[in-house]
Amino acid sequence: MTTDLYQETDKTRTRRARSDPSASDSATAASRTSRANSAAKPVVTLKEHIVEIVSDSGEGAQRCGQSFGAIAARIGNGIWTVEIIPAEIQPPARSIAGTSGNRVRLASHRVTNGGDEADLVVAFNEQVLLNRLRAGEIKHNGIILLENKWQNDGNAAIAASYAQVREQVSSAGYRLYEIPMEEECLKYVPDPRRGKNMFALGMLCCIYSFDLDLAREQVRFVFRKKDEKVIDLNLELLAAGHAWAGANLDLKFAIPAERPREPQVVMNGNTALALGVVASGMEVCSMYPITPATSASHYLSDIFEKVGCVVHQAEDEIAACTFAVGASYAGKCAVTITSGPGLSLKQEGIGLAVMGEIPLVVVDVQRGGPSTGQPTKAEQGDLLAACFGGHGDAPKVVIAASSIEDCFYSIIMARKIAENFNMVVVVLSDASLATAQQPFPRPRFNEDWLAPPINQSPVPDGARPYDWDPRTGLSSRFIPGQPNGMHCLTGLAHDRDSHVAYDPDVNQEGIRHRSLKLAALQKTLKAPTLYGDDEGDLLLVGWGSTRGAIEEAVDTLRAEGLRASSMNLKFLQPMATGIKELLERFDKVMTIESNWCDSLDDELIAEDNRRYSSLALLLRARHLIDVDCWGDARGQPLKPGDIVRAARRKLEQR
Amino acid sequence: MTVPLTQCLLRLIDENYTLTDYQSDIAPRWCTGCGDNGILTAVQRLCRDEQLPPEKTVVVSGIGCSSRFPHYMNAYGFHGLHGRALPVAEGIKLRRPDLHVFVATGDGDCCSIGAAHWIHAIRYNMDMTVLLHDNEVYGLTKMQASPTSPRGLKSNTTPRGALLDPLNPLTVTLGVPNVSFVAQAVDWIPDVLFNIISQAYHHKGLSFVRVLQRCPEFMDHRFDPWVQDPSKMRLLVHADGIQLKPDISRIYRNQETHDPSDLHRAREVASLTGEIPVGVLYRNSAVPCYEDLREGERPNTPGLIRTVLNEEFDKVTIWPEDDVTTEAVE
Ligand SMILES: Cc1ncc(C[n+]2csc(CCOP(=O)(O)OP(=O)(O)O)c2C)c(N)n1
Ligand code: SF4
Ligand SMILES: [Mg+2]
Repeated sequence: MTTDLYQETDKTRTRRARSDPSASDSATAASRTSRANSAAKPVVTLKEHIVEIVSDSGEGAQRCGQSFGAIAARIGNGIWTVEIIPAEIQPPARSIAGTSGNRVRLASHRVTNGGDEADLVVAFNEQVLLNRLRAGEIKHNGIILLENKWQNDGNAAIAASYAQVREQVSSAGYRLYEIPMEEECLKYVPDPRRGKNMFALGMLCCIYSFDLDLAREQVRFVFRKKDEKVIDLNLELLAAGHAWAGANLDLKFAIPAERPREPQVVMNGNTALALGVVASGMEVCSMYPITPATSASHYLSDIFEKVGCVVHQAEDEIAACTFAVGASYAGKCAVTITSGPGLSLKQEGIGLAVMGEIPLVVVDVQRGGPSTGQPTKAEQGDLLAACFGGHGDAPKVVIAASSIEDCFYSIIMARKIAENFNMVVVVLSDASLATAQQPFPRPRFNEDWLAPPINQSPVPDGARPYDWDPRTGLSSRFIPGQPNGMHCLTGLAHDRDSHVAYDPDVNQEGIRHRSLKLAALQKTLKAPTLYGDDEGDLLLVGWGSTRGAIEEAVDTLRAEGLRASSMNLKFLQPMATGIKELLERFDKVMTIESNWCDSLDDELIAEDNRRYSSLALLLRARHLIDVDCWGDARGQPLKPGDIVRAARRKLEQR
Repeated sequence: MTVPLTQCLLRLIDENYTLTDYQSDIAPRWCTGCGDNGILTAVQRLCRDEQLPPEKTVVVSGIGCSSRFPHYMNAYGFHGLHGRALPVAEGIKLRRPDLHVFVATGDGDCCSIGAAHWIHAIRYNMDMTVLLHDNEVYGLTKMQASPTSPRGLKSNTTPRGALLDPLNPLTVTLGVPNVSFVAQAVDWIPDVLFNIISQAYHHKGLSFVRVLQRCPEFMDHRFDPWVQDPSKMRLLVHADGIQLKPDISRIYRNQETHDPSDLHRAREVASLTGEIPVGVLYRNSAVPCYEDLREGERPNTPGLIRTVLNEEFDKVTIWPEDDVTTEAVE
């Protein structure tokens, strides 16, 4: 990827915004303005653009990006935002690893993923720009708006570094605009580290032809908790950026938008998870902080008490899980929210809930693993741990959210299944959904989403705590407080009376019934619908967050005349009936996952030792079908373009 | 459902719970002479004396010989994971303050694998009675040293003798902020054991009772010097602690009047070597309970959930009627 940067091209396309600090008198400024405006700046109408704003952390690129996305969404553009997050809280300034910011993909249509390379990047210094270049995140001829204050930096090394990157970028064919952001902001604030982001927002609003009043409203909203002075200052900076871009940049885009006919809400996946918890009627969330799951609990902590419920921060994940198990046992189904390392610690508690048939919702916002792995990066590495992670045979339900909206509804569904089947339901999300924002139709609250009040009526004489239905494995649940229902729930193998099993057949019976419940649930599931034609040459199968990128790839492939379709699995355990028949309608089947799989190109790797991606492994084992896999564990949300290339390669294989 | 309901109502009117109402249909399977038997009897006696409805009583345990406890109680029992009795009990109590929660845990269960939860449970101070069955050994797994095993104990994992000094559950508990009730009992003075458990039950907050428990199977004769010589037992008496019946007082003459509000002295007493202190070491009824601090002011009715959800959605909604357009471009 970095090669792009260093490729020599003959045309140098640098367009320096002509703002030589020495010539900033009003006359030149005025002439510049008129030049830019009067030349009837050509407005380029686009279907979509990907914009990135990056800075050192603390300089507000994130806020700028989020606001930009929010304004676009309000206009009616489809948007998807992706956070660019450094691993540390206060990484050193001007460092490549410390890059913080946001990607906003905006389009005239609905957007389901972060897309491929960025079309336009605003960078507050050349180091954060390098981060994006090295990651291959900027299009070949992409537009770069770079803060130019570093060119005259007192520190010669910085000035030199700036000059070097400027030359490399220009010669590699990027369209570089050097912007005197600092200088312009200094007219309003003594320290542009605070405020430059609003100047940048103003520029972007101008470039993308956004209504400035709407931007003002957004800024007021963002700073609503601050006092008037702060708001006014930011509004001034916004307007300044807008005016400056209008006067000095030959960039003017319009991305036609259609206002939504239904009310839409814009939020990220973790907020959607938290709201789902409220909407599901669960009353207790116990958790231990872990990236990237924590923000769901932060948000929930803010609002949960308003409905009389509790977020309990336990001393560790083992306690978080067993606390939830206790709360579920004596009340309504509880939820515990975590990420990979926490899931590992919770496994014994999950097994207890399985054994005791206590409903429980476990949310795993996956990150890169194993061990501490990549805390802020996306990976779908926990599927097998979710299905089979604990010791022994512990059947549980595993579902995955495939969009922001789905994060909300998945929790409601999980709570229902957990309580109807007295089972553990694991909901898988991941870092790419956690912080991504997307509009979706505003949910209309439905009382059916809620858990009924707990049963406190006397248990009928003769009823037994595990009165397993021989066909479905289902039994009732006696809740403390119910007269006549006293029994000792135990993690030991037990019989229908919850008495410890000493007889080998009793253990076999218990396992059988707990296992049957999965089948009973499976019978209620419908086969997933395919995206694209019902048959063809290649079926791409994915699960969870990759749905949008995969479907976009399918669109591209089909536009090229290739016979490709895709399938997204929400239920990973149990899997719906009919999947095998769908797989068989395609010549080739390949999973697309954000996790590792061995490559047959590696010398030592062959069919008999290849480690498959998680879903591929599950599908192969269940359906005896030759399912190939393509995986990427770099930690970035999958890109439609990469999927297209992988699919083409697969189609070309004989 | 109708039959038991009427039966229950009848029971409410004319029945008193008796001891057998708290005994499950499973006979205890502890070894003969195991101190756990006495602890079980004391708790059943308490339930009877307090007339606790069995359906409102929950006994939570971890794993170990002692953690078999809930199987032998006619109540709601929860025999969960090794070391995790306390967080389970906390989860139960949080949403169900109406339930009477007891925790039975062993020295391995509480002070080793569950040590983190123990410290934090003291801090949460939820209203429950925690009984530490301290036999100074791992019983169920057949004699390994526990954190409370005396130095030099020859066990299956310390064949040449345990190398480390034992952890003192009393001093540790007394060192945790928010501690609100600490007592020590021994299984071989049943009357005082009962008395202390009763004090613990009546304390609002987490009451931590360490019970020195004889394990004839693996620690035979371990407590003989104290069982045989009552003068080596120091009984802590106080108007705000326990008072001794005359017959007990006559046998156990080594008594100290100890005010349970005196934390400093409690720590000194807890650190005694040679003598075993028995009684209420510390009590502070002013420490708030976590479940009270977290109690929601409003019930989560469907109406409230709808309102709050809508409030949250409002903050992030784009309404179709919003009059927003892109700037006119020509
Ligand atoms: C996670 C886990 N580790 C280890 C064990 C094995 N185990 C069961 S009970 C026990 C120790 C019990 O000792 P203690 O808590 O003192 O109870 P006692 O049997 O002495 O009453 C151990 C190590 C287990 N059940 N679970
Ligand atoms: S081994 Fe010890 S603790 Fe376990 S039941 Fe026997 S005597 Fe009691
Ligand atoms: Mg023990």
